[in-house]
Amino acid sequence: MDQAGETEISRRGLLVGSAATAALTTISVADAQPGPAQPAPASMKVTMSVNGKRHSLEIDTRTTLLDALREHLELTGSKKGCDHGQCGACTVMVGGTRINSCLSLAVMHEGDEITTIEGLGTPDKLHPMQAAFVKHDGYQCGYCTPGQICSAVAVLGEIKAGVPSHAMADVTARPQATNDEMRERMSGNICRCGAYSNILEAMTEVAGASA
Amino acid sequence: MKPFTYERAKTPAEAAAAVARTPGAKFIAGGTNLLDLMKLEIETPTHLVDIQDLKLDRIEPTSGGGLRIGAFATNTATASDPRVRRDYGVLTRAIVAGASGQLRNKATTAGNLLQRTRCPYFYDPNMPCNKRKPGSGCSALGGYSRQLGIVGTSDACIATYPGDMAQAMRVLDASVETVDPQGQTRSIPIGDFHRLWGDTPHIETNLRRGELITGVTLPRPLGGQHFYQKVRDRASYAYALVSVAAVIQPDGSGRFAVGGIAPKPWRVAAADAAMPQGAKAAAAALLAGARPTEDNRFKVPLVERTLAAVMAEAKAA
Amino acid sequence: MKFDQPAGTNPIDQLKVVGKAVDRIDGPLKTTGTAPYAYERHDVAPDQAYGYVVGSAIAKGSITRMDTADAKRAPGVVTVLTTLDVAKPLPNGPQNTATLFGGAAIQHYHQAIAIVVAETFEQARSAAALIRTEYTRTPGKYDLAKEEPHAPLKGGSSGEGSSAPPIDRVGDFAGAFAAAPVKVDQTYTTPDETHAMMEPHASIAAWSGDRLTVWTSNQMIAWSKRDLAKALSIPPEKLRVDSPFIGGGFGGKLFIRADVVLAALGAKAARRPVKVALSRPMMANNTTHRPATIQRVRLGANRDGRLTAIAHSSTSGNLPDGKPETAVSQTKLFYAAPNRETYLKLAVLDLPEGNAMRAPGEAPGLMVLEMAMDELAEALRMDPVELRVINDTQVDPEKPNHPFSERHYVECLRTGAERFGWSQRNPKPAQVRDGKWLVGMGVAGGFRNNQLTKSAARIRLERDGRLTVETDMTDIGTGTYTILAQTAAEMMGVRVQDVNVRLGDSDFPVSAGSGGQWGANNSTAGLYAACLKLREAIAQRLGFASPEVAFADGKVTAGSRSATLKDAAQAGPITGEDGFDPTDMGKRWQQSTFAAHFVEVGVNIYTGETRVRRMLAVCDAGRILNPKSARSQVIGAMTMGVGGALMEELAVDKRFGLFINHDLATYEVPVHADIPHQDVIFLDHPDDKSSPMKAKGVGELGLCGVGAAIANAIYNATGVRVRDYPITLDKHLEKLPQVA
Repeated sequence: MDQAGETEISRRGLLVGSAATAALTTISVADAQPGPAQPAPASMKVTMSVNGKRHSLEIDTRTTLLDALREHLELTGSKKGCDHGQCGACTVMVGGTRINSCLSLAVMHEGDEITTIEGLGTPDKLHPMQAAFVKHDGYQCGYCTPGQICSAVAVLGEIKAGVPSHAMADVTARPQATNDEMRERMSGNICRCGAYSNILEAMTEVAGASA
Repeated sequence: MKPFTYERAKTPAEAAAAVARTPGAKFIAGGTNLLDLMKLEIETPTHLVDIQDLKLDRIEPTSGGGLRIGAFATNTATASDPRVRRDYGVLTRAIVAGASGQLRNKATTAGNLLQRTRCPYFYDPNMPCNKRKPGSGCSALGGYSRQLGIVGTSDACIATYPGDMAQAMRVLDASVETVDPQGQTRSIPIGDFHRLWGDTPHIETNLRRGELITGVTLPRPLGGQHFYQKVRDRASYAYALVSVAAVIQPDGSGRFAVGGIAPKPWRVAAADAAMPQGAKAAAAALLAGARPTEDNRFKVPLVERTLAAVMAEAKAA
Repeated sequence: MKFDQPAGTNPIDQLKVVGKAVDRIDGPLKTTGTAPYAYERHDVAPDQAYGYVVGSAIAKGSITRMDTADAKRAPGVVTVLTTLDVAKPLPNGPQNTATLFGGAAIQHYHQAIAIVVAETFEQARSAAALIRTEYTRTPGKYDLAKEEPHAPLKGGSSGEGSSAPPIDRVGDFAGAFAAAPVKVDQTYTTPDETHAMMEPHASIAAWSGDRLTVWTSNQMIAWSKRDLAKALSIPPEKLRVDSPFIGGGFGGKLFIRADVVLAALGAKAARRPVKVALSRPMMANNTTHRPATIQRVRLGANRDGRLTAIAHSSTSGNLPDGKPETAVSQTKLFYAAPNRETYLKLAVLDLPEGNAMRAPGEAPGLMVLEMAMDELAEALRMDPVELRVINDTQVDPEKPNHPFSERHYVECLRTGAERFGWSQRNPKPAQVRDGKWLVGMGVAGGFRNNQLTKSAARIRLERDGRLTVETDMTDIGTGTYTILAQTAAEMMGVRVQDVNVRLGDSDFPVSAGSGGQWGANNSTAGLYAACLKLREAIAQRLGFASPEVAFADGKVTAGSRSATLKDAAQAGPITGEDGFDPTDMGKRWQQSTFAAHFVEVGVNIYTGETRVRRMLAVCDAGRILNPKSARSQVIGAMTMGVGGALMEELAVDKRFGLFINHDLATYEVPVHADIPHQDVIFLDHPDDKSSPMKAKGVGELGLCGVGAAIANAIYNATGVRVRDYPITLDKHLEKLPQVA
């Protein structure tokens, strides 16, 4: 492959249109237009149950479920890795279903039952998945770990419930807790330290024990 | 994120009216794309109308032998529904090829149809972008455009519609059901739902102000074999470089739509008709008039090769 | 403790605790979400306000005006501080070039230009968008390929164990290369990469009078303290840095970044503690990255495969006064050949600061050198394992009187070939098919230097008989907590659970820190030295004069006398503090680590997508202190290697001068589905020249060579050679067999 050619080619596309230009020398950047005042921040009351405990919060409508947990309830086990649904570190379970808590507003969770990593187990009384992660070294820096564990617990539940996945050859079949299934279903949880192979072993152990 | 007020509507018509009467109001369903964009102030609603209480999450048969999927049905619920899995396999396959388990648990039918482009210039508020700021220019033209569109694009915008679910719905000839602030309902064929960018890339669908999606109707099952093949750099949790949604009948006839290449799920009647002649002919018909950039020219052969993979799988089965 | 001769037998050699696959002692905290990371320290300072950082919208030029009136009036805003409020750029630490804050000049995109401090995160973020900034843009240089032809020679050191002079010659390369019967001469590229650690850069800062404490996320506490004190113009003794848990670093947290500087300045202006995290979309351009390279390798060999000539050059770019990516460093040491030439060129680019990312130098250097070796093997019609074996050297090939302390590269290759089933590989490319997959196998060598550096620690025997270890060493996921506890347990004759380990506090003795895979060996050696001191002090306290004092099973025994550790501490805690000083041991021997990586891939014959099917690494890295955490280091590095080979690339917009794919949706790193089961084999060759621990590093070795092994496997699968990383499907698609 002629790499020299590759790097030499102009990035200018074959499609030539009203391309933006960086040639302007003076530019002004303001995402907000000056003038009319911003609407006043709105706050609302929301009541939710977190790890079995009821909490009532008076909260800015802009506050995500993740920030409500981390900053208001000081449950910092759920992590903010990207705040844009691109990493999975914020994974919690709402009514037993795993979601990215960074992409959900706290005020949308009136009456909901939230389970976070702190609700699964404690250092003295680990949940079987937490214990399996320790045994199989399913983590390194630990920052994605709570999200991985919440996801892992939920994934085994999803497989049991028959939720289909991209790894299935036949989507009408019942899924099994195979390596390929678990890898695919865990792919919304990024681990930059690269503990994937060990996480799979931890999950396999827990899946086997509960099968 | 700009401040906004928030309400939970009780009925679809009430929700539509609430959005219509409040300047800057928007519906929120799963919120997975809207909140993402609000954090960057690419979306700046002043008021959010939450549709979670509208009971729009049902999946039920239609009198015509099809299936109606509620606007608020989650992607997971739709993909898991036994009727969808059995009769509309392409839809289950498309949904589970998208995003992650967590996101699919929150993302909804309506929200997924309205998912905005993943063009990196659209996502960076410092960059000129005609879609984000009409008239500011298109940074992707002459920029980094590997992920972007090759067909149906314009001189003003080369972004793609990034979703997977809609590719399958396009193949299935689904209709998008809506209600407007006056309570009037209408049904929009999915092929007419998304707009080509033209000179107005900031207008992405043919929905009117305050018009609320209530569901998507699938016609009677097509039979045949169902495929959704998604091509991407990493094995999961990535947007499609190219995806092919296809339903292929035993005689080799069929229909297909391609994702990752255009402002909307890209399906061309002549391309469907050419399927019996093979992937080369069908892909050529699909991509007539394609205008790739240097960065994404590879999508032209990739569409053909991915379609060939699907056809080979159909033949082998 | 001066370490100036090879280690003899010592208490570590008992290997009762060291060398065992002990579960991490911080595991229960990490798995329950109770390990406190920087942004989460609600407990350390009351009334914390939230800071939000604003980044520059241009890549090069200057700010002419900033209007903060609306931001200051916005609800909840406590204070707004702009870069124009700081007359000139804050001074940098010695390893950095880009301005962290201050002055009107813009050097790179997303340079921090303001912080908004507010009562809540939502208020701070919202007000930050109300700042209006006017810039004057000046033209910049953003295209490495365009600058490469006229880039000047420039040597340098990565600061992490790899270095090279501008040009280095041994023998007559040109003559030997011209005469070589078999040769390879190719040019290759590697892209800019970002660390993308999961925890964003984050800090809380609190002032108490003129004293500042920062809770931050940083790999090198002493460097941070030095650099932050300099940036803020405060005496270092007025500053405390605390970083007990770090959500990944990979070199991206070796240095202070804008988060901690702005937390400190924001806290000063706000007169209360301020917490700041960089937003994910800002990280790639605001912080440092691994620079792209354009490399050329020329290999000349005799028909028997023996190399006669090796040349390797690399060009990278950086801001003015920046360092080159030292991609030729390993080529100086890896293979024998009498005629050699390496050189580095450095272009000035106005992109963000290039700096260390995991195995700086070797990671991109081996992606290239080891692909060239594969090409040479093919040209020779020789097995790529055999080619590497035949060109092994036990001495520094540039200095034949300078031997390696330990080098078992050949054993890595042989063991790996055996274990992986290398003999099953078809040497002819594009022959093996498994359904729609073209299947191939690849091998590559890994090489990374072992760095010796000073490291100190303190260990205290508490009244209750437990031990407390204190050092400013960090655990960035490497397992430091655990291997230090193992070291203390081995030395003091107690169980791992009897040891508390406290890390990351600048009030503790200065350690090696985490970087350059030097952390494990040096920090445990420092603790070893402190333990020797404590053993002496305990013996003295007990009045055990005998030189033969044994520490085992929680007891101290000398001849017929014996006491428990708890007895020894009855009159109060006893402390031992010392450090490891490696003197010139790292220079008397060439100290390096070695690996062989074996990979099997499948390439989809239709779509060109590559998926890794099997991976094996065989590592020669001295004594392995904890095979469980060490293995994790290696599989994690292998995973990063998959990213580097197949998907990771910061896309440069050469008009606007930025990395445009600056989030985790568009800068793809491997996910679970990309990674198969991974195997790791550690050879057992303790290195007595390295330290009393006889250990070396593995965390970067695991990455070195992986990319090339994957590239070589792809070539074996497809017969299409792609020399332009990452090897994405578009680069070979149209050369794959016809399918339609």
